[in-house]
Amino acid sequence: MERIPILKMGDSLLVSIQVDMHDRLAMTLQDDLTAKIVATRAKGVLIDISSLEVVDSFIGRMLANIAAMARVLDAKTVVVGMRPAVAITLVELGLSLSGVRTALNVEKGMLLIRSDGDEGDEGGRRAT
Amino acid sequence: MSRTDEVDIAELIKDPEGSLLQDWVRLQLADSRRSHVLNDSELQQQSREFLQLVRSAVQSGQLRDIEAREWDGARRMLEDLSRSRAALGLSPSQTAMFVFSLKEALFTRLRTQFAKDPERLASATWAISVLLDRLGLYTTEVYQKGREDVISRQQQEMLELSTPVVVLWDGVLALPLIGTLDSARTQVVMENLLQRIVDTGAGIAIIDITGVPTVDTLVAQHLLKTVAAARLMGADCIISGIRPQIAQTIVHLGVELQDVVTKATLADAFALALRRLNLGVQKVAAPARKGDSPAASSAET
Amino acid sequence: MDVERHDTVPISTDDDIVRVRQRVRDWAVSIGFSLVDQTKLVTAASELARNTLIYGRGGTLTLAVVVNNRKRGLQLTFADQGPGIPDIDLALKDGYTTGNGLGLGLSGARRLSQDFSITSKPGEGTRVVIARWN
Repeated sequence: MERIPILKMGDSLLVSIQVDMHDRLAMTLQDDLTAKIVATRAKGVLIDISSLEVVDSFIGRMLANIAAMARVLDAKTVVVGMRPAVAITLVELGLSLSGVRTALNVEKGMLLIRSDGDEGDEGGRRAT
Repeated sequence: MSRTDEVDIAELIKDPEGSLLQDWVRLQLADSRRSHVLNDSELQQQSREFLQLVRSAVQSGQLRDIEAREWDGARRMLEDLSRSRAALGLSPSQTAMFVFSLKEALFTRLRTQFAKDPERLASATWAISVLLDRLGLYTTEVYQKGREDVISRQQQEMLELSTPVVVLWDGVLALPLIGTLDSARTQVVMENLLQRIVDTGAGIAIIDITGVPTVDTLVAQHLLKTVAAARLMGADCIISGIRPQIAQTIVHLGVELQDVVTKATLADAFALALRRLNLGVQKVAAPARKGDSPAASSAET
Repeated sequence: MDVERHDTVPISTDDDIVRVRQRVRDWAVSIGFSLVDQTKLVTAASELARNTLIYGRGGTLTLAVVVNNRKRGLQLTFADQGPGIPDIDLALKDGYTTGNGLGLGLSGARRLSQDFSITSKPGEGTRVVIARWN
Protein backbone atom coordinates (compact mmCIF):
# COMPACT_ATOMS: atom_id res chain seq x y z
CA MET A 1 0.00 0.00 0.00
CA GLU A 2 1.26 3.47 -0.74
CA ARG A 3 2.41 5.67 2.09
CA ILE A 4 2.74 9.42 2.42
CA PRO A 5 6.44 10.31 2.80
CA ILE A 6 7.54 11.99 6.02
CA LEU A 7 10.71 14.06 5.82
CA LYS A 8 12.98 15.13 8.61
CA MET A 9 13.94 18.80 8.67
CA GLY A 10 16.20 19.55 11.60
CA ASP A 11 14.25 18.49 14.65
CA SER A 12 10.94 18.76 12.85
CA LEU A 13 9.01 16.44 10.59
CA LEU A 14 7.54 17.67 7.33
CA VAL A 15 4.62 15.98 5.62
CA SER A 16 3.31 17.16 2.30
CA ILE A 17 -0.06 15.66 1.39
CA GLN A 18 -0.26 15.67 -2.37
CA VAL A 19 -2.92 13.10 -3.09
CA ASP A 20 -6.63 12.85 -2.47
CA MET A 21 -6.27 10.33 0.35
CA HIS A 22 -8.66 7.51 0.93
CA ASP A 23 -9.58 6.98 4.58
CA ARG A 24 -7.21 4.05 5.12
CA LEU A 25 -4.26 6.08 3.87
CA ALA A 26 -5.16 8.91 6.22
CA MET A 27 -5.23 6.54 9.19
CA THR A 28 -1.88 5.10 8.12
CA LEU A 29 -0.40 8.58 7.98
CA GLN A 30 -1.67 9.29 11.46
CA ASP A 31 -0.01 6.13 12.77
CA ASP A 32 3.23 6.64 10.82
CA LEU A 33 3.59 10.22 12.05
CA THR A 34 3.06 9.31 15.67
CA ALA A 35 5.62 6.53 15.41
CA LYS A 36 8.12 8.81 13.75
CA ILE A 37 7.70 11.60 16.31
CA VAL A 38 8.66 9.10 18.97
CA ALA A 39 11.48 7.59 16.92
CA THR A 40 13.11 10.91 16.01
CA ARG A 41 12.09 12.83 19.17
CA ALA A 42 10.84 15.53 16.86
CA LYS A 43 9.88 18.85 18.38
CA GLY A 44 7.67 19.94 15.53
CA VAL A 45 5.38 18.55 12.87
CA LEU A 46 4.60 20.55 9.76
CA ILE A 47 1.72 19.32 7.62
CA ASP A 48 1.49 20.94 4.21
CA ILE A 49 -2.03 20.72 2.78
CA SER A 50 -1.53 23.22 -0.03
CA SER A 51 -2.31 20.51 -2.58
CA LEU A 52 -5.56 19.46 -0.96
CA GLU A 53 -8.65 20.64 -2.80
CA VAL A 54 -10.97 19.11 -0.25
CA VAL A 55 -10.75 18.71 3.51
CA ASP A 56 -13.75 16.94 4.98
CA SER A 57 -14.54 16.05 8.59
CA PHE A 58 -12.51 12.84 8.39
CA ILE A 59 -9.33 14.63 7.34
CA GLY A 60 -10.15 17.36 9.82
CA ARG A 61 -10.31 14.80 12.58
CA MET A 62 -7.06 13.25 11.39
CA LEU A 63 -5.33 16.63 11.66
CA ALA A 64 -6.80 17.26 15.10
CA ASN A 65 -5.73 13.78 16.24
CA ILE A 66 -2.19 14.28 14.98
CA ALA A 67 -1.96 17.60 16.80
CA ALA A 68 -3.27 16.06 20.01
CA MET A 69 -0.91 13.09 19.89
CA ALA A 70 2.04 15.30 19.02
CA ARG A 71 1.25 17.53 21.97
CA VAL A 72 1.31 14.54 24.30
CA LEU A 73 4.74 13.73 22.86
CA ASP A 74 5.85 17.32 23.45
CA ALA A 75 5.88 18.33 19.81
CA LYS A 76 4.14 21.26 18.11
CA THR A 77 2.00 20.70 15.05
CA VAL A 78 1.34 23.35 12.42
CA VAL A 79 -0.88 22.86 9.38
CA VAL A 80 0.07 25.09 6.47
CA GLY A 81 -1.17 26.05 3.03
CA MET A 82 -4.90 25.71 3.44
CA ARG A 83 -6.64 26.89 0.27
CA PRO A 84 -9.27 29.67 0.50
CA ALA A 85 -12.03 27.49 -0.96
CA VAL A 86 -11.24 24.81 1.60
CA ALA A 87 -11.22 27.33 4.45
CA ILE A 88 -14.55 28.81 3.38
CA THR A 89 -16.05 25.32 3.13
CA LEU A 90 -14.74 24.27 6.54
CA VAL A 91 -16.31 27.34 8.12
CA GLU A 92 -19.61 26.47 6.47
CA LEU A 93 -19.23 22.83 7.49
CA GLY A 94 -18.76 23.94 11.06
CA LEU A 95 -15.34 22.37 11.47
CA SER A 96 -13.22 24.56 13.71
CA LEU A 97 -10.04 22.46 13.83
CA SER A 98 -9.63 23.50 17.47
CA GLY A 99 -6.25 22.69 18.88
CA VAL A 100 -4.63 22.84 15.46
CA ARG A 101 -2.23 25.67 14.73
CA THR A 102 -2.16 26.97 11.19
CA ALA A 103 0.12 29.12 9.10
CA LEU A 104 0.01 30.41 5.55
CA ASN A 105 3.05 28.56 4.28
CA VAL A 106 5.95 26.30 5.24
CA GLU A 107 8.23 29.22 6.02
CA LYS A 108 5.80 30.81 8.46
CA GLY A 109 4.99 27.39 9.81
CA MET A 110 8.62 26.77 10.72
CA LEU A 111 8.77 30.20 12.39
CA LEU A 112 5.77 29.24 14.44
CA ILE A 113 7.29 25.92 15.46
CA ARG A 114 10.48 27.61 16.54
CA SER A 115 8.77 30.41 18.46
CA ASP A 116 8.74 30.07 22.19
CA GLY A 117 5.19 31.00 23.04
CA ASP A 118 2.03 29.24 22.02
CA GLU A 119 1.17 31.74 19.30
CA GLY A 120 3.70 33.57 17.20
CA ASP A 121 2.13 36.52 15.46
CA GLU A 122 4.79 36.47 12.84
CA GLY A 123 4.17 32.87 12.07
CA GLY A 124 0.53 32.07 12.26
CA ARG A 125 -2.40 31.34 14.51
CA ARG A 126 -4.14 28.71 16.51
CA ALA A 127 -7.11 27.73 14.47
CA THR A 128 -9.84 28.14 17.11
CA MET B 1 -57.62 23.60 -28.24
CA SER B 2 -59.57 20.67 -29.68
CA ARG B 3 -58.28 17.51 -31.28
CA THR B 4 -59.44 18.73 -34.66
CA ASP B 5 -57.31 21.87 -34.31
CA GLU B 6 -54.22 19.76 -34.02
CA VAL B 7 -55.21 17.73 -37.06
CA ASP B 8 -56.14 20.83 -39.03
CA ILE B 9 -52.94 22.66 -38.27
CA ALA B 10 -50.85 19.57 -38.98
CA GLU B 11 -52.59 19.24 -42.38
CA LEU B 12 -52.16 22.91 -43.12
CA ILE B 13 -48.52 23.00 -42.34
CA LYS B 14 -47.62 19.97 -44.43
CA ASP B 15 -46.87 22.19 -47.41
CA PRO B 16 -45.79 19.57 -49.98
CA GLU B 17 -45.10 22.07 -52.76
CA GLY B 18 -43.44 24.54 -50.49
CA SER B 19 -45.98 27.20 -51.32
CA LEU B 20 -46.57 28.03 -47.65
CA LEU B 21 -42.86 28.67 -47.21
CA GLN B 22 -42.75 30.82 -50.33
CA ASP B 23 -45.74 32.89 -49.25
CA TRP B 24 -44.29 33.40 -45.80
CA VAL B 25 -40.89 34.47 -47.12
CA ARG B 26 -42.56 36.81 -49.58
CA LEU B 27 -44.51 38.40 -46.72
CA GLN B 28 -41.34 38.94 -44.72
CA LEU B 29 -39.47 40.44 -47.64
CA ALA B 30 -42.39 42.73 -48.41
CA ASP B 31 -42.52 44.08 -44.86
CA SER B 32 -41.23 47.63 -45.14
CA ARG B 33 -40.27 47.77 -41.48
CA ARG B 34 -37.88 44.87 -41.72
CA SER B 35 -34.16 45.39 -41.40
CA HIS B 36 -32.05 44.89 -44.48
CA VAL B 37 -29.12 43.61 -42.53
CA LEU B 38 -30.18 40.06 -43.26
CA ASN B 39 -29.80 38.99 -46.84
CA ASP B 40 -32.60 37.25 -48.68
CA SER B 41 -31.06 33.80 -48.86
CA GLU B 42 -30.39 33.82 -45.09
CA LEU B 43 -34.01 34.72 -44.50
CA GLN B 44 -35.11 31.93 -46.84
CA GLN B 45 -32.88 29.41 -45.04
CA GLN B 46 -34.07 30.43 -41.56
CA SER B 47 -37.70 30.35 -42.61
CA ARG B 48 -37.36 26.90 -44.15
CA GLU B 49 -35.64 25.56 -41.06
CA PHE B 50 -38.19 27.02 -38.67
CA LEU B 51 -41.11 25.72 -40.69
CA GLN B 52 -39.63 22.22 -40.70
CA LEU B 53 -39.13 22.27 -36.94
CA VAL B 54 -42.65 23.56 -36.33
CA ARG B 55 -44.01 20.93 -38.70
CA SER B 56 -42.38 18.03 -36.84
CA ALA B 57 -43.44 19.40 -33.46
CA VAL B 58 -47.03 19.95 -34.60
CA GLN B 59 -47.19 16.48 -36.10
CA SER B 60 -46.25 15.02 -32.74
CA GLY B 61 -49.54 16.36 -31.46
CA GLN B 62 -48.08 18.68 -28.83
CA LEU B 63 -49.54 22.12 -29.49
CA ARG B 64 -50.10 23.30 -25.97
CA ASP B 65 -46.74 23.42 -24.28
CA ILE B 66 -43.79 24.84 -26.19
CA GLU B 67 -41.51 23.89 -23.29
CA ALA B 68 -42.22 20.21 -23.97
CA ARG B 69 -39.55 17.95 -25.49
CA GLU B 70 -41.24 17.97 -28.91
CA TRP B 71 -40.42 21.64 -29.19
CA ASP B 72 -36.76 21.39 -28.10
CA GLY B 73 -35.50 21.71 -31.66
CA ALA B 74 -37.69 24.68 -32.46
CA ARG B 75 -36.78 26.45 -29.23
CA ARG B 76 -33.09 25.89 -29.83
CA MET B 77 -33.38 27.28 -33.34
CA LEU B 78 -35.21 30.34 -32.01
CA GLU B 79 -32.51 30.81 -29.37
CA ASP B 80 -29.80 30.85 -32.02
CA LEU B 81 -31.91 33.08 -34.20
CA SER B 82 -32.55 35.53 -31.38
CA ARG B 83 -28.89 35.69 -30.50
CA SER B 84 -27.62 36.08 -34.02
CA ARG B 85 -30.17 38.76 -34.87
CA ALA B 86 -29.42 40.65 -31.67
CA ALA B 87 -25.75 40.52 -32.60
CA LEU B 88 -26.67 42.04 -35.98
CA GLY B 89 -28.35 44.90 -34.15
CA LEU B 90 -31.96 43.93 -34.73
CA SER B 91 -34.43 44.84 -32.01
CA PRO B 92 -36.23 42.05 -30.15
CA SER B 93 -39.49 43.11 -31.83
CA GLN B 94 -37.98 42.71 -35.27
CA THR B 95 -36.85 39.23 -34.32
CA ALA B 96 -40.27 38.35 -32.88
CA MET B 97 -41.87 39.50 -36.13
CA PHE B 98 -40.12 36.58 -37.81
CA VAL B 99 -42.50 34.27 -35.95
CA PHE B 100 -45.57 36.49 -35.97
CA SER B 101 -45.42 36.99 -39.73
CA LEU B 102 -46.03 33.27 -40.18
CA LYS B 103 -49.54 33.86 -38.82
CA GLU B 104 -50.61 35.82 -41.85
CA ALA B 105 -49.45 33.13 -44.24
CA LEU B 106 -51.29 30.46 -42.26
CA PHE B 107 -54.49 32.50 -41.78
CA THR B 108 -54.81 33.03 -45.53
CA ARG B 109 -54.67 29.29 -46.05
CA LEU B 110 -57.13 28.68 -43.22
CA ARG B 111 -59.66 31.04 -44.74
CA THR B 112 -59.51 29.14 -48.03
CA GLN B 113 -59.61 25.72 -46.35
CA PHE B 114 -62.51 26.42 -44.00
CA ALA B 115 -64.46 28.98 -45.98
CA LYS B 116 -67.58 26.84 -45.47
CA ASP B 117 -66.92 26.02 -41.79
CA PRO B 118 -66.74 29.19 -39.68
CA GLU B 119 -66.49 27.30 -36.41
CA ARG B 120 -63.48 25.31 -37.42
CA LEU B 121 -61.98 28.41 -38.98
CA ALA B 122 -62.35 30.35 -35.73
CA SER B 123 -61.05 27.51 -33.61
CA ALA B 124 -57.99 26.78 -35.75
CA THR B 125 -57.21 30.49 -36.14
CA TRP B 126 -57.19 30.89 -32.38
CA ALA B 127 -55.04 27.77 -31.92
CA ILE B 128 -52.42 28.99 -34.39
CA SER B 129 -52.49 32.45 -32.91
CA VAL B 130 -51.84 31.18 -29.39
CA LEU B 131 -49.07 28.86 -30.54
CA LEU B 132 -47.19 31.43 -32.60
CA ASP B 133 -47.65 34.11 -29.95
CA ARG B 134 -45.90 31.84 -27.47
CA LEU B 135 -43.07 31.12 -29.88
CA GLY B 136 -42.70 34.79 -30.75
CA LEU B 137 -42.60 35.77 -27.09
CA TYR B 138 -40.00 33.08 -26.51
CA THR B 139 -37.60 34.96 -28.78
CA THR B 140 -38.01 38.08 -26.65
CA GLU B 141 -37.40 36.04 -23.51
CA VAL B 142 -34.15 34.75 -24.96
CA TYR B 143 -33.17 38.30 -25.83
CA GLN B 144 -33.93 39.38 -22.25
CA LYS B 145 -31.85 36.59 -20.82
CA GLY B 146 -28.98 37.59 -23.09
CA ARG B 147 -29.13 41.16 -21.79
CA GLU B 148 -29.24 39.91 -18.22
CA ASP B 149 -26.13 37.83 -18.83
CA VAL B 150 -24.31 40.89 -20.14
CA ILE B 151 -25.37 42.93 -17.13
CA SER B 152 -24.27 40.32 -14.63
CA ARG B 153 -20.92 39.95 -16.39
CA GLN B 154 -20.41 43.70 -16.23
CA GLN B 155 -21.42 43.74 -12.59
CA GLN B 156 -18.82 41.09 -11.91
CA GLU B 157 -16.16 43.17 -13.64
CA MET B 158 -17.18 46.27 -11.72
CA LEU B 159 -17.02 44.31 -8.52
CA GLU B 160 -13.48 43.26 -9.17
CA LEU B 161 -12.48 46.77 -10.09
CA SER B 162 -14.19 48.47 -7.20
CA THR B 163 -12.81 46.45 -4.32
CA PRO B 164 -9.06 46.38 -4.67
CA VAL B 165 -7.06 44.80 -1.92
CA VAL B 166 -4.27 47.09 -0.84
CA VAL B 167 -0.90 46.02 0.51
CA LEU B 168 -0.36 48.48 3.36
CA TRP B 169 2.92 46.99 4.46
CA ASP B 170 4.83 43.81 4.06
CA GLY B 171 2.48 41.31 5.62
CA VAL B 172 -0.48 43.66 6.08
CA LEU B 173 -3.39 43.88 3.66
CA ALA B 174 -6.28 46.31 3.72
CA LEU B 175 -9.67 45.92 2.10
CA PRO B 176 -11.52 49.24 2.13
CA LEU B 177 -15.15 48.43 1.38
CA ILE B 178 -17.22 51.21 -0.10
CA GLY B 179 -20.91 51.41 -0.80
CA THR B 180 -23.75 49.12 0.08
CA LEU B 181 -22.86 45.49 0.35
CA ASP B 182 -25.23 42.82 -0.83
CA SER B 183 -24.80 39.16 -0.12
CA ALA B 184 -23.44 38.23 -3.55
CA ARG B 185 -20.98 41.10 -3.70
CA THR B 186 -19.72 40.44 -0.19
CA GLN B 187 -19.05 36.80 -1.00
CA VAL B 188 -16.99 37.61 -4.10
CA VAL B 189 -15.08 40.33 -2.31
CA MET B 190 -14.27 38.07 0.61
CA GLU B 191 -13.10 35.21 -1.60
CA ASN B 192 -10.87 37.68 -3.36
CA LEU B 193 -9.39 38.85 -0.05
CA LEU B 194 -8.62 35.30 1.05
CA GLN B 195 -6.88 34.59 -2.24
CA ARG B 196 -4.79 37.74 -1.88
CA ILE B 197 -3.80 36.65 1.60
CA VAL B 198 -2.43 33.45 0.10
CA ASP B 199 -0.79 35.23 -2.84
CA THR B 200 0.99 37.84 -0.71
CA GLY B 201 1.55 35.69 2.35
CA ALA B 202 0.14 38.50 4.47
CA GLY B 203 -0.57 37.44 8.03
CA ILE B 204 -2.88 40.35 8.80
CA ALA B 205 -5.85 41.65 6.80
CA ILE B 206 -7.73 44.79 7.77
CA ILE B 207 -11.32 44.94 6.55
CA ASP B 208 -12.40 48.55 6.70
CA ILE B 209 -16.10 49.26 6.52
CA THR B 210 -16.02 53.03 7.08
CA GLY B 211 -17.54 53.51 3.65
CA VAL B 212 -20.39 51.09 4.21
CA PRO B 213 -23.61 52.84 5.30
CA THR B 214 -25.56 49.78 6.47
CA VAL B 215 -24.85 46.19 7.28
CA ASP B 216 -27.56 43.55 7.46
CA THR B 217 -27.42 40.11 9.10
CA LEU B 218 -26.34 38.32 5.94
CA VAL B 219 -23.47 40.69 5.28
CA ALA B 220 -22.41 40.61 8.92
CA GLN B 221 -22.39 36.81 8.76
CA HIS B 222 -20.30 36.84 5.61
CA LEU B 223 -17.81 39.16 7.28
CA LEU B 224 -17.55 36.85 10.26
CA LYS B 225 -17.21 33.78 8.04
CA THR B 226 -14.38 35.48 6.20
CA VAL B 227 -12.61 36.25 9.45
CA ALA B 228 -13.05 32.62 10.50
CA ALA B 229 -11.77 31.34 7.17
CA ALA B 230 -8.71 33.60 7.30
CA ARG B 231 -8.02 32.34 10.80
CA LEU B 232 -8.25 28.74 9.61
CA MET B 233 -5.73 29.53 6.92
CA GLY B 234 -3.33 31.03 9.42
CA ALA B 235 -3.97 34.74 9.01
CA ASP B 236 -5.67 37.32 11.20
CA CYS B 237 -8.36 39.84 10.42
CA ILE B 238 -9.09 43.18 12.03
CA ILE B 239 -12.36 44.91 11.24
CA SER B 240 -12.15 48.68 11.32
CA GLY B 241 -14.46 51.58 10.70
CA ILE B 242 -17.50 50.29 12.51
CA ARG B 243 -19.65 53.37 12.84
CA PRO B 244 -22.10 53.80 15.73
CA GLN B 245 -25.12 52.94 13.56
CA ILE B 246 -23.53 49.72 12.36
CA ALA B 247 -22.47 48.82 15.89
CA GLN B 248 -26.10 49.26 16.94
CA THR B 249 -27.33 47.12 14.08
CA ILE B 250 -24.88 44.37 14.92
CA VAL B 251 -25.94 44.29 18.55
CA HIS B 252 -29.60 44.57 17.59
CA LEU B 253 -29.29 41.68 15.16
CA GLY B 254 -27.65 39.62 17.85
CA VAL B 255 -24.62 38.92 15.73
CA GLU B 256 -21.80 37.59 17.86
CA LEU B 257 -18.52 39.33 17.24
CA GLN B 258 -16.88 37.02 19.76
CA ASP B 259 -13.15 37.35 19.56
CA VAL B 260 -12.97 39.34 16.37
CA VAL B 261 -10.77 42.34 16.89
CA THR B 262 -12.35 45.61 15.89
CA LYS B 263 -10.93 49.10 15.72
CA ALA B 264 -12.64 52.44 15.18
CA THR B 265 -10.42 53.55 12.32
CA LEU B 266 -8.22 52.05 9.66
CA ALA B 267 -5.31 53.96 11.19
CA ASP B 268 -5.85 52.32 14.56
CA ALA B 269 -6.05 48.93 12.89
CA PHE B 270 -2.82 49.57 11.03
CA ALA B 271 -1.07 50.65 14.23
CA LEU B 272 -2.23 47.42 15.86
CA ALA B 273 -1.01 45.38 12.92
CA LEU B 274 2.43 46.96 13.14
CA ARG B 275 2.61 46.30 16.87
CA ARG B 276 1.72 42.66 16.26
CA LEU B 277 4.57 42.42 13.79
CA ASN B 278 6.88 44.05 16.33
CA LEU B 279 7.30 47.01 14.06
CA GLY B 280 7.23 50.64 15.01
CA VAL B 281 7.35 54.02 13.36
CA GLN B 282 9.99 56.46 14.54
CA LYS B 283 10.98 59.98 13.75
CA VAL B 284 14.22 60.12 11.80
CA ALA B 285 16.71 63.01 11.99
CA ALA B 286 16.30 65.23 8.93
CA PRO B 287 19.35 64.91 6.62
CA ALA B 288 21.59 68.02 6.24
CA ARG B 289 20.85 70.02 3.07
CA LYS B 290 23.62 71.11 0.66
CA GLY B 291 24.78 74.71 0.99
CA ASP B 292 23.62 75.14 4.56
CA SER B 293 26.09 76.74 6.98
CA PRO B 294 27.35 74.33 9.64
CA ALA B 295 25.73 76.44 12.34
CA ALA B 296 22.33 76.38 10.70
CA SER B 297 22.33 72.64 10.09
CA SER B 298 23.29 71.83 13.65
CA ALA B 299 20.44 74.05 14.85
CA GLU B 300 17.99 71.91 12.89
CA THR B 301 19.06 68.58 14.25
CA MET C 1 -37.68 19.74 -12.83
CA ASP C 2 -36.03 17.96 -15.73
CA VAL C 3 -33.07 15.63 -15.60
CA GLU C 4 -30.55 16.34 -18.35
CA ARG C 5 -28.29 13.41 -17.63
CA HIS C 6 -27.60 11.04 -14.78
CA ASP C 7 -25.27 8.27 -13.71
CA THR C 8 -24.93 5.92 -10.76
CA VAL C 9 -21.74 4.88 -9.01
CA PRO C 10 -21.30 2.25 -6.29
CA ILE C 11 -20.12 3.07 -2.78
CA SER C 12 -18.73 -0.12 -1.31
CA THR C 13 -15.10 0.58 -0.54
CA ASP C 14 -12.81 3.22 0.83
CA ASP C 15 -11.56 3.95 -2.66
CA ASP C 16 -15.14 4.56 -3.80
CA ILE C 17 -15.31 7.60 -1.52
CA VAL C 18 -12.34 9.06 -3.38
CA ARG C 19 -14.02 8.20 -6.66
CA VAL C 20 -17.19 9.91 -5.51
CA ARG C 21 -15.22 13.09 -4.78
CA GLN C 22 -13.62 13.01 -8.22
CA ARG C 23 -16.86 12.34 -10.04
CA VAL C 24 -18.76 15.07 -8.25
CA ARG C 25 -15.90 17.47 -8.95
CA ASP C 26 -15.92 16.60 -12.67
CA TRP C 27 -19.65 17.02 -12.99
CA ALA C 28 -19.63 20.27 -10.99
CA VAL C 29 -16.90 21.65 -13.24
CA SER C 30 -18.84 20.70 -16.35
CA ILE C 31 -21.85 22.68 -15.17
CA GLY C 32 -19.66 25.68 -14.53
CA PHE C 33 -19.84 25.94 -10.76
CA SER C 34 -17.43 28.40 -9.09
CA LEU C 35 -14.49 26.90 -7.26
CA VAL C 36 -16.03 27.53 -3.85
CA ASP C 37 -19.34 25.98 -4.89
CA GLN C 38 -17.51 22.97 -6.32
CA THR C 39 -15.61 22.51 -3.08
CA LYS C 40 -18.77 22.73 -0.98
CA LEU C 41 -20.50 20.14 -3.13
CA VAL C 42 -17.55 17.74 -3.18
CA THR C 43 -17.07 18.06 0.57
CA ALA C 44 -20.76 17.41 1.24
CA ALA C 45 -20.59 14.39 -1.08
CA SER C 46 -17.56 13.07 0.76
CA GLU C 47 -19.40 13.24 4.07
CA LEU C 48 -22.49 11.54 2.74
CA ALA C 49 -20.55 8.88 0.85
CA ARG C 50 -18.74 7.98 4.02
CA ASN C 51 -22.02 7.74 5.90
CA THR C 52 -23.39 5.48 3.19
CA LEU C 53 -20.35 3.24 3.41
CA ILE C 54 -19.97 3.07 7.16
CA TYR C 55 -23.49 3.36 8.51
CA GLY C 56 -25.40 2.25 5.46
CA ARG C 57 -23.06 -0.70 4.92
CA GLY C 58 -22.56 0.32 1.32
CA GLY C 59 -24.86 1.80 -1.27
CA THR C 60 -24.90 4.03 -4.32
CA LEU C 61 -24.59 7.60 -5.45
CA THR C 62 -26.68 8.84 -8.33
CA LEU C 63 -25.51 12.07 -9.92
CA ALA C 64 -27.99 14.07 -11.97
CA VAL C 65 -27.79 17.33 -13.85
CA VAL C 66 -31.15 18.94 -13.25
CA VAL C 67 -32.83 21.87 -14.95
CA ASN C 68 -35.45 24.08 -13.39
CA ASN C 69 -36.69 27.27 -14.98
CA ARG C 70 -33.57 27.54 -17.12
CA LYS C 71 -31.32 27.15 -14.07
CA ARG C 72 -29.02 24.15 -13.98
CA GLY C 73 -28.01 22.27 -10.89
CA LEU C 74 -26.30 19.13 -9.70
CA GLN C 75 -28.35 16.74 -7.63
CA LEU C 76 -26.76 13.91 -5.68
CA THR C 77 -28.72 10.99 -4.26
CA PHE C 78 -27.05 8.75 -1.70
CA ALA C 79 -29.00 5.55 -1.12
CA ASP C 80 -28.38 2.47 0.95
CA GLN C 81 -30.26 -0.56 2.23
CA GLY C 82 -28.67 -0.34 5.64
CA PRO C 83 -30.19 -0.32 9.11
CA GLY C 84 -31.76 3.13 8.68
CA ILE C 85 -31.80 6.04 11.10
CA PRO C 86 -34.19 5.75 14.06
CA ASP C 87 -34.20 9.45 14.99
CA ILE C 88 -33.48 11.75 12.08
CA ASP C 89 -33.71 14.98 14.09
CA LEU C 90 -31.12 13.68 16.48
CA ALA C 91 -28.89 12.55 13.63
CA LEU C 92 -29.04 16.03 12.16
CA LYS C 93 -27.71 17.64 15.31
CA ASP C 94 -24.16 18.91 15.18
CA GLY C 95 -21.79 16.66 17.04
CA TYR C 96 -24.11 13.68 17.25
CA THR C 97 -22.33 10.51 16.26
CA THR C 98 -22.84 6.83 16.81
CA GLY C 99 -19.35 6.07 15.62
CA ASN C 100 -15.97 7.67 15.88
CA GLY C 101 -16.78 10.60 13.71
CA LEU C 102 -17.14 14.26 14.55
CA GLY C 103 -20.88 14.04 14.03
CA LEU C 104 -20.79 16.67 11.34
CA GLY C 105 -21.51 14.49 8.33
CA LEU C 106 -25.25 14.86 7.96
CA SER C 107 -25.67 18.32 9.44
CA GLY C 108 -22.58 19.56 7.66
CA ALA C 109 -23.73 18.22 4.31
CA ARG C 110 -27.02 20.00 4.84
CA ARG C 111 -25.28 23.30 5.58
CA LEU C 112 -23.13 22.94 2.50
CA SER C 113 -26.05 22.30 0.17
CA GLN C 114 -28.87 24.41 -1.11
CA ASP C 115 -31.39 21.58 -1.28
CA PHE C 116 -31.38 18.77 1.27
CA SER C 117 -33.80 15.99 2.00
CA ILE C 118 -33.52 12.75 3.90
CA THR C 119 -35.74 9.70 4.15
CA SER C 120 -34.82 6.92 6.50
CA LYS C 121 -36.55 4.30 8.56
CA PRO C 122 -35.10 1.51 10.66
CA GLY C 123 -35.05 -1.56 8.45
CA GLU C 124 -35.74 0.39 5.28
CA GLY C 125 -32.42 1.96 4.51
CA THR C 126 -31.55 5.60 4.03
CA ARG C 127 -31.80 8.05 1.16
CA VAL C 128 -30.23 11.49 1.22
CA VAL C 129 -30.68 13.91 -1.67
CA ILE C 130 -28.71 17.14 -1.93
CA ALA C 131 -28.47 19.69 -4.70
CA ARG C 132 -26.73 22.91 -5.57
CA TRP C 133 -27.80 25.30 -8.30
CA ASN C 134 -25.69 27.38 -10.59
